[in-house]
Amino acid sequence: MKTDIILCGVGGQGILSIATIIGEAAMKENLYIKQAEVHGMSQRGGDVQSNLRISSNPINSDLIPLGGADVIISMEPMEALRYLPFLAKDGWIITSSAPFVNIPNYPDIETIKKDLENVKNVIVLDIEQAAKDNGVPRSANVILLGAAQKALGIEYDKLEDAIRRVFARKGDAIVDANIKALAIGRAAQK
Amino acid sequence: MKKLLLGDEAIAQGAIDAGLSGVYAYPGTPSTEITEYIQESPIAKERNIHRRWSTNEKTAMEAALGMSYMGKRALVCMKHVGLNVCADPFVNSAMTGTNGGVVVLVADDPSMHSSQDEQDSRFYAKFAMIPTLEPSSQQEAYDMMQEAFDLSEQLHLPILMRVTTRMAHSRAVVDVKEESRPQNELNYNAQASNWVLLPAFARKRNVVVTGQQPLLEQMAVDSKYNKYIDGTDHKLGVIASGIAYNYLMECYPEGCLFPVLKISQYPIPKKLIRRMTDDCEQVLIAEEGQPFIEDQVRGVMPGNAVIKGRLTGELPRTGELNPDFLKKALGIESSESYAPCEDVTPRPPALCQGCGHRDVYTALNEVLKEYPNARVFGDIGCYTLGFLPPYKAIHSCVDMGASITMAKGASDAGQWPAVAIIGDSTFTHSGMTGLLDAINENADITVIISDNLTTAMTGGQDSAGTNKFEAICKGLGLSEDHLKVVNPIPKNMPEITATIREEINYHGVSVIIPRRECMQTLQRHLKQKKAAAK
Repeated sequence: MKTDIILCGVGGQGILSIATIIGEAAMKENLYIKQAEVHGMSQRGGDVQSNLRISSNPINSDLIPLGGADVIISMEPMEALRYLPFLAKDGWIITSSAPFVNIPNYPDIETIKKDLENVKNVIVLDIEQAAKDNGVPRSANVILLGAAQKALGIEYDKLEDAIRRVFARKGDAIVDANIKALAIGRAAQK
Repeated sequence: MKKLLLGDEAIAQGAIDAGLSGVYAYPGTPSTEITEYIQESPIAKERNIHRRWSTNEKTAMEAALGMSYMGKRALVCMKHVGLNVCADPFVNSAMTGTNGGVVVLVADDPSMHSSQDEQDSRFYAKFAMIPTLEPSSQQEAYDMMQEAFDLSEQLHLPILMRVTTRMAHSRAVVDVKEESRPQNELNYNAQASNWVLLPAFARKRNVVVTGQQPLLEQMAVDSKYNKYIDGTDHKLGVIASGIAYNYLMECYPEGCLFPVLKISQYPIPKKLIRRMTDDCEQVLIAEEGQPFIEDQVRGVMPGNAVIKGRLTGELPRTGELNPDFLKKALGIESSESYAPCEDVTPRPPALCQGCGHRDVYTALNEVLKEYPNARVFGDIGCYTLGFLPPYKAIHSCVDMGASITMAKGASDAGQWPAVAIIGDSTFTHSGMTGLLDAINENADITVIISDNLTTAMTGGQDSAGTNKFEAICKGLGLSEDHLKVVNPIPKNMPEITATIREEINYHGVSVIIPRRECMQTLQRHLKQKKAAAK
């Protein structure tokens, strides 16, 4: 088993909590993990990404080579496209549809949508809306994770268990909200 | 026990498990998380390991030397440019030597993700004549810590441990010990003849330290972290150091046919390098940072093998490496991939919404419209982003503290108005001495200490001067009439602009302190309060 994942978004959108859940699930399975993160200046509203690699064999590079990522999970549609050269030709993009506009020259969202349609395997979800509609407004990122479950190659139950462990100390209500969010994401998979 | 740790965290845990008695550091990306991890560690609390932030890297390095003098183990952490700040005690710590072990952990930032240059700290260790360790994995980073402290005590030398951004900020599963080694006892073994660097004594020490060099090199040859892995195809050999070793091996999932020399301990193991240059027609050198190994291997005289690397264009001359650069240098094709999407636009970092620095720049720009020749000397911190639109408010940013001293120099040259803008933490780090120079000459400058009560850029660490700035400025001799404190919120704009205008028009040193808590730490504090109330 080997999955190379790029997690991306804008500083402050919480991509690292998705990484934490995947990492927890992978740890439990005794898989090898490497996860390169971005800290420092770009966290102030700039583009951020994390390279997360999980594998049943030892992993060499902390960085994913060009054309090597099995999946890009993005909290923002334009950010998903920023890392396109790293996506394998048969890899998946799982992205939020909601643009985060904090720059004056943000491109026309219709153009971004078209660019995403040109990728072979893509799931675009309005996770913020889905999270609100389902009463889990703070778990939008976990909906995205649920939608990426097949592409990640991690069994659904294992992600659910990982959520229980990661959020345990925050109480049952938060655990349940995140498990519900994961299920909403799973239902949106193709 | 297995833990998923950042490289920085593995280093911190390794130091604790090696019997650390104190960590001394000033925050700096990508090194900050080491000290933060120790600050949060239950065992550090239990053992009362020193873990408060230092005012700058120089005070940190010197305090660590004091701890070493008393026989205990100390870790000093910094980003690469921090080593410039503490270069004096660092280089001279090789002359004094150590009693308790000292490890100087420097995190280099090739590609300058959060830095103003990409200097390579290995050069510092070379001219200080001390060993360098450069881990290739988080596990090595953890394991090396124990050995670094042992080595420091065995050789009576500080050890430089060098990591780069990707090692510092990448997580992996690390097998850590169940129990930490006990701390050293206080001892009085430090010899005055070593520690008093009067020329007559220092000359003797210099002979000792210089004489140790062949031993250090032999240790590098024998080090378990330096590996010569022979291959079947001798057309090429590859020398890869630190994290570049990972990128190399990524290119050969089934194993590399060429001989590989992994280097993670310096001085460079010349014997192993000679073996490679003798056995192989060509040698490719892959190292993160500047061509440190390559320069030494290449030398001046032609050798048997053709040397390739950053100096010959096979690898890029600047910036960090990655697996694809290695593939290209080795003639391996990259995987098929999508072309870059042309509609994607850059998204540079920006000052947070509601940040007090924003109001400071708004006010400053408003006033400086009246002074077309005004120059604003900036400094290092979030507020450096004031250079970018919409503010475009600063004209320089060089190093910690340079705002005040450059404003003074510009004023000496005849510039008016000369304004310096510096953050609170940067001011105590390296701005106070410059302000004293300015006050002593009553330089015609206006200094703005934009105080957000924290070291914000690196994530909100304690700032050494909090609640002390007025006292510091007065203590340095600043006239109270020209020390002004304002609250940078939009509704105070008339007051702030009036203050700035008035102080620019005063022909002497003024300090204006706009003070309002950082939005990031404010939100964190509110959250903590809410949680505590529950």
